[in-house]
Amino acid sequence: MSEKVLMKGNEAIAEAAIRSGCRFYFGYPITPQTELAAYMARRMPKIGGVFLQAESEIAAINMVYGVAGTGKRVMTSSSSPGVSLKQEGISYLAGADLPAVIVNVQRGGPGLGGIQPSQSDYFQATKGGGHGDYHLIVLTPDSVQEMADLTGLAFDLADRYRVPAMILADGTMGQMMEPVVLPPERDAAVADKPWAVTGTENKRPHNIINSLYLAPDVLEKTNDERYARYAEIQAKEARWESWMMDDAEYGIVAFGIAARVAKNAVTHLRQNGIKAGLIRPITVWPFPTSAVTGACARVRAMVSVELSMGQMIEDVRLAAEGRCPVTLCSRSGGMIPEPQQIIACVERLAKGGK
Amino acid sequence: MAVVFSKPKSLTDREFHYCPGCPHGIIHRLVAQAIDNLGIEGRTIGIAPVGCAVMAYDYFACDMVEAAHGRAPAVATGIKRALPDRIVFTYQGDGDLASIGMAETVHSAARGENITIIFVNNAIYGMTGGQMAPTSLPGQVTQTSPYGRDVATQGYPIRICELLSSLDGPHFIARVAVNNVKNVNQAAKTIEKAFRNQVEGKGFSLVEVVSACPTNWGMTPSKALAWVSERMIPYYPLGVFKDADEKEDRA
Amino acid sequence: MAKVTFNEDRCKGCGLCVEACPKKIVVIDRDRINRKGHNPATVREMDKCIGCAFCATMCPDCVITVEK
Repeated sequence: MSEKVLMKGNEAIAEAAIRSGCRFYFGYPITPQTELAAYMARRMPKIGGVFLQAESEIAAINMVYGVAGTGKRVMTSSSSPGVSLKQEGISYLAGADLPAVIVNVQRGGPGLGGIQPSQSDYFQATKGGGHGDYHLIVLTPDSVQEMADLTGLAFDLADRYRVPAMILADGTMGQMMEPVVLPPERDAAVADKPWAVTGTENKRPHNIINSLYLAPDVLEKTNDERYARYAEIQAKEARWESWMMDDAEYGIVAFGIAARVAKNAVTHLRQNGIKAGLIRPITVWPFPTSAVTGACARVRAMVSVELSMGQMIEDVRLAAEGRCPVTLCSRSGGMIPEPQQIIACVERLAKGGK
Repeated sequence: MAVVFSKPKSLTDREFHYCPGCPHGIIHRLVAQAIDNLGIEGRTIGIAPVGCAVMAYDYFACDMVEAAHGRAPAVATGIKRALPDRIVFTYQGDGDLASIGMAETVHSAARGENITIIFVNNAIYGMTGGQMAPTSLPGQVTQTSPYGRDVATQGYPIRICELLSSLDGPHFIARVAVNNVKNVNQAAKTIEKAFRNQVEGKGFSLVEVVSACPTNWGMTPSKALAWVSERMIPYYPLGVFKDADEKEDRA
Repeated sequence: MAKVTFNEDRCKGCGLCVEACPKKIVVIDRDRINRKGHNPATVREMDKCIGCAFCATMCPDCVITVEK
C-alpha cells in the first residue's frame, strides 16, 4: 500500500490525473485552481507529457477537443468564470462523443463574482451549461482523497461511455491540504478507440470527429443514441454516501464541502436527540435519485445544504416527488454554511416549522 | 496516352456542395494534390472550419475533425501535440480565422506550432448568405454593409499575412490567389511548400488564398475572378511575407 | 495528341474551363442537362486539344481528366 502524503486538493487532482495515464493538460490561470496548472507545468515536461498554457479558456478546451479526438487522455481545469468560457467546447465534446476530463474548482458568482468557494455552478454542470441536449458525468469530491480518487474514475467513465466528465469541486477542496493516498500509476494505453483520428495509414476509411448533422432525422438519431448511453449511466453510475440515514427522521442532502459541514451538524443534532442523517451525492449527474426518493419516503423532511442560492434543491424536490417537505439551507457568494445554521434549520423543522 | 491531370487521391469521391464556380473546389484540389505529392495522406489529419467549408471533412480522404467556429488552430495544436509525427492542417475562411478565431490564429502562430493553415479569403461570409467579413474591402456592399463598408464606422479590412509576419513564431507566411491558371499553379507550389515545411519540422506555415464568392458577390464566376484581379489583389498583394528558410540562406 | 474527359455529372456549368481554354474548344452544352440540373461543359473539337490542362486547373469540381 502506498503511503500517505500531504497535498493540496488541486495538486492531488493533477497527480492523480498523471497516474491515470493523462499526459496532456491545457489551461489558463484562474484562482482558486491555479495550483493544478502549476503542478502540471512542473510535472508534465519530466514525464514526456504536454503542459500548455493556452491563450484563453476557449483555446484550452479546444486543444482538449483536439487531443480527445486522437483518443488520448486529456484534461483541463478552471474555475467558474473560466468554465463558462469553456462551455462552447464542452458542448462540442459532448456532441462529438469525445471523452475528456474538465475540472471546475468553483468560486462565487455570477459575473466575476469572488474567489471564495461556491457550488453555484451546479446548474451549469448538471443541466447542460452549453447549448444542445447533452450531459456530463459530474463527480463531486468532499476530500483531498476523493479529489484524487474521483479523478481516476472520471477518466475511466469518460472513456467507457464516450462522455466528457467533470470534477465539480470548490475553492475549499482545491486549496485545503489533507493526507492522501495517491492511486497507483496506470498505463496510458487505455480503452480501444477505433473512432480516433490518428491517420488512416491508408489502411482504413477516414475517421471524422464531428458534431454537425444537417439532416434533422440523423441528428435526432445521434441524440437518441447518446441518451441511451445516458440512461445506462443513470442506471449504473450514480454514486452516493448514505450516512446515519437508517433511522433518520430528518435527512440532509449535501455534497463537497457542504457535506462535511453537514456531517458535523448531524453529529450535533443526534447529541441533541434529533435523528438526522446525510445523503452525500458523489455524482450529481447522474443524481442519486433513487437514494433520495427512498429516503424521502422515510423521513419527516429533507434539507438541501448548498453553497448557492438553491440549485441542487431542484433535483432533491424532483426526487422527493412530494413525499416530504424539502427545505433549503444555504449560503452564497463565497460564504460557507456553519454547522449551527444547519442545526438551527433542522431543529426548526423538528418543532413543526418550515 | 497517359493521364496528366485527374482528381487527386486525397479527395474522396464525394461531390462538393459548393456553388457553381466557387474556388473552394480548386483550393481543396490544391491541398489534396500537395498531400498526394508528399505521400502523406495516411498520416495527415485535417481540421474543417465553420463556414462554407464546414463539410470539408467529407471531401478530404485523410482523417478529419470538425472544429468550432474559429477554433481550428487550437484543435490543431492539441492534435499536433498529441501526435507530433502526424501532419496536421486547418482549412479556414476569413470569418473563421480573421474574426472569431483571431486569438487562436495569432497565438498558434506566435507559438510556432508545427502546423499548416490554409486560409481562404473571399472577403465575405458565404455560408450565412453574404455578410461583411473582417476582410471585406472598403466600400464593399454586403448584406450587413448595404451602403458599402464604411471604414469610419465599420473599420478597415485585416491583412492577415502582414499582421502575422511581424511575429517571431511563424516559419512561412504567403499569399496566393486562384483567379487564373498562372496563379493557381503558383498557389499549388506554395501550398505544397507549406505542407513540406511541416513534414520537415520547420514550424508554422500559413497560406492565404485570395478567393471569390460569385454567389454572394452577385457576379458570374468569371466576373468574380476578374474582381479578384481588379479589386482584391491590389488590397491583398500576393507574395511571400515571411520565409525563415530564406532568412537562413541570407545569413 | 491529347484528350480531355469530362465527368459530366459532377459539372455545375460554371464556365471557368471555357474561359481558361487557350484553344476555345470547351463549351457549355446548352442542349443537355446533367444529373445536377446544369448545362455541362464539353469539348466539341477534341482534335484541337493540346493537353495544357488549363481547363482542369480552373475547374472547381474535379470534373476534368487530361490525357496526353
